[in-house]
Amino acid sequence: MKADRRTHRSHVSYIDKSRNYYGAQGYPQAYQWAYNQDVPFAPLNKPLSECRVGLVTTSFFERKVDKDAVAGSAKKEPYAAKCDDAMEGLYNKDLFWDKDTTHTEDLDSYLPINRLREFAEQGRIGSLADRFYGVPTDYSHRRTSRRDAPQILEYAKEDELDVVLLVPL
Amino acid sequence: MSLVARHLEEAGLPTVVMGSARDIVEECGVARFVFTDFPLGNPTGKPDDVAMQTSITGMALDLLERAWEPRTTVQTPFVWNSENNDEWRQHFMKVDDSNRGALAAAGDQRRAAQADAKAEGRGRG
Repeated sequence: MKADRRTHRSHVSYIDKSRNYYGAQGYPQAYQWAYNQDVPFAPLNKPLSECRVGLVTTSFFERKVDKDAVAGSAKKEPYAAKCDDAMEGLYNKDLFWDKDTTHTEDLDSYLPINRLREFAEQGRIGSLADRFYGVPTDYSHRRTSRRDAPQILEYAKEDELDVVLLVPL
Repeated sequence: MSLVARHLEEAGLPTVVMGSARDIVEECGVARFVFTDFPLGNPTGKPDDVAMQTSITGMALDLLERAWEPRTTVQTPFVWNSENNDEWRQHFMKVDDSNRGALAAAGDQRRAAQADAKAEGRGRG
């Protein structure tokens, strides 16, 4: 493949893009993104072939929202639901993604339940948990850290998960 | 979502984040990250491309076994559009002279709708 040269990084900076975009819409204060110097790390302590895997999404399970409510006002609360009940797809319209370029009609393009079940059949992982978990994106770090994250940990303990794959849309 | 991953890691649960917003995830800082340079919406592979989805999910599993320290990012080899891969990047949340006026008007309209909803007690549904 031919080598290329660029004056800017090629991947998109969503922090830069969203600051400019909402600034142009007249929002005076830029969003404060989470930034951390230190990062926790838990090593994998047993073979993946013996692990129960959990999946976390930012999608809504269903649209629990009054039809008159303004866009973006769906309830943003963590939940757990049966993987079998996700097969028809999840509700994504209120989330921030590139709706002009792509679509989310295929569940496994954003929540690979079927792909992980195949890995379980092949013995690559022990199993996929019967439930998956949702944390619809909330702009409040406080709610995400103090309410949502502990709730997901609680679900993980209830379902005896060994590892967790988190897939933000 | 990255904040949730950090909380699970602190409690001793190994995690992998699979996503396409590289800067947001890496600024927050996570243990393991599988980055696919796609438009937001399909972080685990293109719709209906089972082979790609299997490959990306498999890379997340590999990373669980092989990462030995935090902030380990792996970029998957997939390209959204090999003919013109900058088109979606430039189009998404574009701000330039062609749409500046429309964006300002849209912001005003949205704030007015939100103020009305608040006054009528609707707000968060």
